[in-house]
Formats: sequence, structure tokens, C-alpha cells
Amino acid sequence: MNLKPETLKRIDEVITHYPVKRSATLPLLHLVQEDAGHISDEAVAWIAQKLELEPINVLEVVTFYPMFRRKPIGRRHIKVCRTLSCALVGGYKTCETFEKEFDTHVGINHISPDGEVTVEFVECLASCGTAPVVLIDDTLHQKVDVTKAKALSAQIKAEAAARK
Amino acid sequence: MSAPAQKRIIFQHIDEPGYTDDLACYLKHGGYEVMKRAFARPPQELIDEVKKSGLRGRGGAGFPCGVKWGLVDRKSGKPIYLIVNADESEPGTFKDRYIMYQDPHQLIEGTIISCFANNVKQAYIYIRGEMAEGAIILEKAIAEARAAHFVGPNILGSNYSCEIFVHRGAGAYICGEETGLIESLEGKRANPRIKPPYFPAVLGLYQCPTIVNNVETLCHVKYIVDVGGEAFTKIGTPNNTGTRIFCVSGHVQRPGYYEFPAGTITMGQLLYDVCGGPLPGRIFKAVIPGGSSAKVMRFGERYKGKRKVGADMVDYDWGVEDVPMDFDSLAMVGTMGGSGGVIVMDDTVNMVEALANINAFYSHESCGQCTPCREGSLWMKKISTRMVHGDARPGDAALLKSVADQIPGRTICAFGEACSWPTQSFYLKFKDEFDGYSDAKKTLPADRRVLV
Repeated sequence: MNLKPETLKRIDEVITHYPVKRSATLPLLHLVQEDAGHISDEAVAWIAQKLELEPINVLEVVTFYPMFRRKPIGRRHIKVCRTLSCALVGGYKTCETFEKEFDTHVGINHISPDGEVTVEFVECLASCGTAPVVLIDDTLHQKVDVTKAKALSAQIKAEAAARK
Repeated sequence: MSAPAQKRIIFQHIDEPGYTDDLACYLKHGGYEVMKRAFARPPQELIDEVKKSGLRGRGGAGFPCGVKWGLVDRKSGKPIYLIVNADESEPGTFKDRYIMYQDPHQLIEGTIISCFANNVKQAYIYIRGEMAEGAIILEKAIAEARAAHFVGPNILGSNYSCEIFVHRGAGAYICGEETGLIESLEGKRANPRIKPPYFPAVLGLYQCPTIVNNVETLCHVKYIVDVGGEAFTKIGTPNNTGTRIFCVSGHVQRPGYYEFPAGTITMGQLLYDVCGGPLPGRIFKAVIPGGSSAKVMRFGERYKGKRKVGADMVDYDWGVEDVPMDFDSLAMVGTMGGSGGVIVMDDTVNMVEALANINAFYSHESCGQCTPCREGSLWMKKISTRMVHGDARPGDAALLKSVADQIPGRTICAFGEACSWPTQSFYLKFKDEFDGYSDAKKTLPADRRVLV
């Protein structure tokens, strides 16, 4: 595993939070995924060894929790809330707008052709009073109607262009 | 009758201009003073205050907090853990988010007071994975509190030590179920444990006695220790003490959070006076009063029976608008107050399509260990989605109901009930709409809002 020194430092620190090493499985998966982008077979084996577990103990956790992924995704991760309160005020339209803007399909297995985004339709993000809501990476965006979804898409595209 | 005034206790500073999430701001507003006074009292006295207050858990079940604390095995010699359940995931609920993002020290103070009262040396805040920024805010707040000796070793020279760590979930709703949460905190799949024997109060985290309390509940504890259990019972109504935060979403003019003394406001006052009523030109059709698993209420239906008022039994005859928004009244009319998430639907909504949305949620979130729930939630989703996007058949409604009826009571945790109640109640209340859906579908506007 080729992890950043900062990640390794945080991994060693977080293990001390628990009297039982296995408890650090989720924190380690988060840290490795943030660093490497996804959880590879190598990462599963590495975490298992670090926590003195069998690889299956880690793999079964990876496959249970929706936030962990086995493959790379786009540079930005757009998560649109699908659940009732958001759907009642147009969540499906919001999701469709992101799909169209980036010419991609919803789902963790799709990356937009420009490599910029992965759009996911996720369950309740717990901000129902400001529906529809969207998480872009770790930042929550509220009341994202079609107009706002287009504006957010434009911003992502502008940031991508500025990087080139 | 117009609505009573809001009483902001827990949400006193939420969205207040100039109020920030740092320690300096919290201290300026009297922060950690309640904790300092609590440390001068015997822990048992604090537990007694909470018992006296009648505080009921704000995570959804409404179980009395003092009773929960009373069940903790204190003779085992094992450490006692406290876990803050910050896995706010019940669709329609969004109150804990505001506390953690805007007033994290209120939660930390409530947590340390609760830990001191219960002789807990180690607490974990289990925050849902999607709230990554919230986790950072909490970690920063805990670090500030640690530097000021409000958290960590030898708190304020009292010889009492308590550590708090933040633990992030990873997108699984079932982690809100307390034994599933414990499994998850142990680094495993969040499969809930069977009770008995695994009552957290006896065999919880690492098989040690464990208290799991909701974020808002712990903030109430801080307030109770401040004003006293007796004074707390003066807010709200008997058996429904303190304030309740309602999270209103869906088809109202002013969705959002509102805090009222428990039991003092009716559904009608909340939706019309406080939230501004339906959207222009619309009428209310249905409301789910306590998170998406709570049974739906249909506008126009009546609830009749006898209820206790003081020492007397009196008749009641309520419409949806008349029902007081407390745990007991909502239970009396066949639904629940749950987590306070009120989801409103107007006459643009087709109930089959709304149910299909809910069923997709529960199917996605079933942990999968009990067959009736894993298979039942999947089939309810498949049938209701097919009704909407494929071929709706005349027997579908009865089929849905028969699947739903075979789940509750046959599963390890309450998810079995949670996933079947929507189907059961939607079918019961809107039977006409389900039975007639195959025909109605032909005339529904093609450009209607997509719900599934």
C-alpha cells in the first residue's frame, strides 16, 4: 500500500481510540479510501494485517456499507438524495439534470466521459427541510432545483477547466 | 385556535446570527457552567433528576431515558460505555444535524454530564458517514474542550476522567438501531443483535454495559441538570415532558424545524399556522408524523375513542388536524411520534408512487440477516415499482399487503415493523387508490413528478 505519510499517521492515531483493534475497521477504510480513492484488494489485505484480522473480516464490511467502493470513481462525487422528502419536491429531476450535464448515468460504476464526476442517487441525507439536497464530495448543497443543479454543474466544469 | 409560541431550549442558538461553533462563543453563552455544577453533586442525584424529569428518548422509540440508565448493570465490574447515537437517518428527520453542525459544545456538555452521572470513562459519538463535515466540527470541538479540561483526564481537577471519540458510519441506516450500531462500532457488519440476551445495558459494546442515547436526548439531559427534573416536567404535558423538535418537510409553505413544548401543539396548528399551510392551490392529502416508518395519516379521516384527561376518561373525536403532536396521542390514533420527522403530501401525490419510493428505501437498507425482512422488503419494492413503471395488476394491492403482514414480529430488530408499516398503513388508508391504480395510471398526467 502506497499511502501518504499523513494518512499513516492518522491510521496509527485512530487505532488508539479503541480497546479492540477491530473497531478501527471503518475508520481505516475511510482513511484509505480518502487517500487511494477506493478500496482495492490490496487495501483489504493491508487493513486486515494492520488490525490483525482475516481479509474476509474487512471485505465483508466493505461490501455491507454503501459508502465504500471497490473501484475508482470520477474526480468529484455527486450524491443526490433519492428519498421521499426530496423526491416530493423534485429530487429525481435534480438527479437527471446532473446526468445530462455530465453526459453520464447515475450509479457508482459510471464515470462521466470527461472523468470529472460520478453521480450517485443515495438514500436520505437528513436535510429534508431544505430539499432537494445534494452532497458534492463532503459539502451539502440545499434546495437544489434544476436551475441550481445546472449552476453547480457549471461550477464543477469551470474548476475542471481551470485545472487544465 | 392559533399555535402556541415556540419554546427554543435545544435549538436556542440554531441559525442565530453571530453564533459560532467554537468554544469561545459557547462559553460566552454560559457554556459548561451546568457541567461544573453537576460535578459538585453525587452522580446518583443526577440520574434521579433525569428519572424525575420523565425525559423520553428523542431517537424514535420514546423510551424513558431515566429508565434506560436504571437498567445499566453496575455490578459487573466491567467498564460502562456511552454511545451518542448521531446516525440520524430516519427519512424526514434532520434535527440532530443542526445541533452537531452549529452547537457541538451543547452535545459535548450533555455527553460529559451523562457520562459523569453513569460513571462512564469512554464515550463514542457514532455519526453517520455522510456527515463528514459534522465529524470534523465535532472533533475540533472536542479538541477545544480537551484543551480547556472539559474533556479528557482529570476534568477540571475533579479526578474524574472521560474521553470522547468521534466514530463515522458509512451510509447504512440500520446503524441507527442501537445493537446494529454497536456491531458497527466493533468493526463489523451492522447486523442487529437478538434481545435477550444482548440488551446494551448489560451486554453492549465489547460485551460491556452500554448506554446508547440520541443527540437531542443528551442535550435535554444538560437542560434537566440545569433546571432540575421537577421544573422540566412543567414543560409539555404529563408523560410527554420537555420540548419536541418537529422536522417538517414535503408540501408545506415553510418546511423546517420547530421546537415546541411537547403535546401543546396539534398537527393542524403545526401545518397551517406554523408551516403556512399547503402550497398555493393545493390541499393536504396525507402526512407521516414521525419519520417514514410511522403509519400514514389521511386528511379527512376521524379518530374516535376515550382518553384520559386528568383523572377522567373523556371521549375524543379528532380529525388529523386535531391530533396533539405528542408520543401518546399519536400512538392512540394508530401511528407514532417517532423521531419528529413530519412528511407532508398534497393532492398532487399518488400514494402508490409515494409508497414505492419508501419501499425502495427500506429494501436498500435492510441488513439482510432475517429472511422475512430481507426478502419481504425487496418484494414490496419490486411489486410497488413494477406497479408504477410496468404493469399494474388488480391483485397487486392485496399481494403487497400479504407480504407486509408476514414481516413484523418475525425479525431480530424493529426494522421488520418499520419496513412493513408504510405498506400496511398506505394500503389501509388509501385502499381505493391502490385497487384502482391500474386504471388510474392511464389518466395520470405523463409529466407528473417522478417519485420512484
